[in-house]
Amino acid sequence: MSDSRPTSSAPKISRRTLLRASGALALGASATGPWVRRAAAQAPPLRLGFQVHRTGIGAAYGRWYDRTTAAAVKLINEKGGIGGRPVEIIAEDDGTDPKRGAEVVEKFASQHKVDFIFGTLFSHVVIASAPRAGELKIPYLVVSEGYHVASGSLNRYVFQPGITDVRAQITAVGGWILKNLGKKVTLIFPDYAFGHDHRDFFSKVAAAQGGTVRALIPIPPTETSFTKYFPRVPADTEVLYHVMVGPGVLTFAREMGEHFGSKRPQIFGFIDSVEAVDIASPGLEFLEGTYFWEAFPRYATPNMPAHVRLYRDRVGINDSGASVTDPKDVSTASHMFGCWETLFVIKQAVEQSGYKKPGSDYKAFIETLEGLQSFPEGIEHPQGPKRFGGRIHQVFGQQVISKVEKRQLQVVHRTAIEDSMYEPEADYTKQPL
Amino acid sequence: MSLGPHLLLALLEGTVGALTLALTALGLSLVFGVMRIVNVAHGEFFMLGAVVTWYVSTTTGSYLLALLAAPLIAGAGAVLADRLVLRRIGYDPESTIVATIGLLYILQQAVLTTYGPYARPVAPPIYFRVGFPWFGYSGYKLVVAGVAALLLATTWLALGRTRLGLYMRATQQDREIAQAFAVPVNRVYTVAFGVGSALAAVAGALVVPIQQAHYLMGLDALLLSFVVVILGGLGSLRGTLVAALLVGLSDGVVSVLFSPTLAKIVATLMVALVLAIRGRGLFGEAAA
Repeated sequence: MSDSRPTSSAPKISRRTLLRASGALALGASATGPWVRRAAAQAPPLRLGFQVHRTGIGAAYGRWYDRTTAAAVKLINEKGGIGGRPVEIIAEDDGTDPKRGAEVVEKFASQHKVDFIFGTLFSHVVIASAPRAGELKIPYLVVSEGYHVASGSLNRYVFQPGITDVRAQITAVGGWILKNLGKKVTLIFPDYAFGHDHRDFFSKVAAAQGGTVRALIPIPPTETSFTKYFPRVPADTEVLYHVMVGPGVLTFAREMGEHFGSKRPQIFGFIDSVEAVDIASPGLEFLEGTYFWEAFPRYATPNMPAHVRLYRDRVGINDSGASVTDPKDVSTASHMFGCWETLFVIKQAVEQSGYKKPGSDYKAFIETLEGLQSFPEGIEHPQGPKRFGGRIHQVFGQQVISKVEKRQLQVVHRTAIEDSMYEPEADYTKQPL
Repeated sequence: MSLGPHLLLALLEGTVGALTLALTALGLSLVFGVMRIVNVAHGEFFMLGAVVTWYVSTTTGSYLLALLAAPLIAGAGAVLADRLVLRRIGYDPESTIVATIGLLYILQQAVLTTYGPYARPVAPPIYFRVGFPWFGYSGYKLVVAGVAALLLATTWLALGRTRLGLYMRATQQDREIAQAFAVPVNRVYTVAFGVGSALAAVAGALVVPIQQAHYLMGLDALLLSFVVVILGGLGSLRGTLVAALLVGLSDGVVSVLFSPTLAKIVATLMVALVLAIRGRGLFGEAAA
């Protein structure tokens, strides 16, 4: 890539002239067209490796990460690209498989020779892939929610600038749960890193704020039937806290309803349980009146700002948070915005650091990114304003609590950024580059 | 929850699991008994049943139609596989294992390409909640158990009372003698493979409103079916039924009272134990 630039400068002029001519022809059709094309023809593209869960248990998330990424890149390119260079996405499926994840990172770095890698969601894939990115010394920006970035257990090349982490989410909503729903809590969570984050951090919040965890019920990630777990919920449980992901979630909610019927405790779930699932699906009647954490309200709110409307239109979701072309195709609204915001963070860091090419320019890119402090709310950050913890490579933002009413999610509370802040436990900036 | 209701829930879960498992395993056992081949792709016919049910019930809106279409389509696929692949390699035991592994991947990847990697729900045709004083239970699950029991009884009767059943039993006992008595052995093989796969597909169709359809769901069905068939004795239909009830119930009880992981350990231990002490399984015929 780098050696193609000087040799291709001569033919580029003629291509540019050609484009200008064709642009003049197209001028009647579109005023912005020729400018964009000229910009595209001038500079070599910024190549982003998009590690996506197209298959495996993360497939529904992957589909929407794909669409959100495409929409964000389209907007960025319409506005002149990143640092004057058009953005090109190179997507690779990792099958939501940790082993494949590490291979995909390798392939991006050595074969596709991309500038940056981004987009991984599932925590086990991130944890397996991140060390490879560190060894290959290529910036790896995940959209994962896991606490693994902020905990300091990964490395200096790994960032999470577009989505908040589980610990921050729990810290923000935990107090609200204990205050408004009940003090005796039973947790149902998937038995791997993501679920363990919930187990550990909610237990911490409960201990600090006068709540008790009555029981911890881990569920193996491949489980398909959940009826057998519900008898372990102690009878004096006031709040059932659930966070399930994967293909079985619909079954989980229905079986929970069958088990408890009308004599249920208060129920608080993480939207992860029903991302990409229609709340009005048959069998989910039981979720009526229960609460969910959301990062980004799936249903359009009455007085949402113009940039949220624009973001929803660009990504292609309707007021119910489903695809505009297929109302049955429900989005993963509370996660996919992270791809959008991550891409705009990359744009900001590339432009401020003067990043040009992989390798020697990474130092400036990483140090610039670590120096960023906050991101204002707007079309680049539609979820809300953000604060960035450069030392732990993690972004902080507002959290939303919604209640299921008339088979829709209605926002009942929005936390402040401060509610989610915790004492940093790591400092990546001390690691060598 | 106190022990009494806890045990009741465990038994309910166990019975539902056992009966659907028996249906799937019966198919595998039939294929092994009659044809003396191990069908590694058996779980994929279970999955195919579930996926066809999703397609048919979402396009026509009728679950009943889907329940009929699933075994027919899966059975037709199996017949095709028998004619095009298994017969051509002469039902050689080792080659068929490799061939059915291939079939497993073909079916799985075909579904992944066309249907996609998603878990899709099918609304249960009948939905009600059975309320016990201590907990509630899905009415549809009880219906599934009933239908599965009915299908098992029908298969049992068909094997014992019809001419086709007679042919199958004859072929199972001694292929060459059966052929000498004018049993169309090749056709019996095809039918056995078709019916065996159709049984798995029916089981898949029945559980899909409980579990959702997913392209990888055949793996669990295959493993448990193998456990059941080995435990019951290879080729013994009675053994398969007894073993399915044993495995299903113990799985239900152990996973409710203790942990699902322990339940899988217990099932595997049972197989190991039976193989060590009584190599031909609970009801298996003595090695010929």
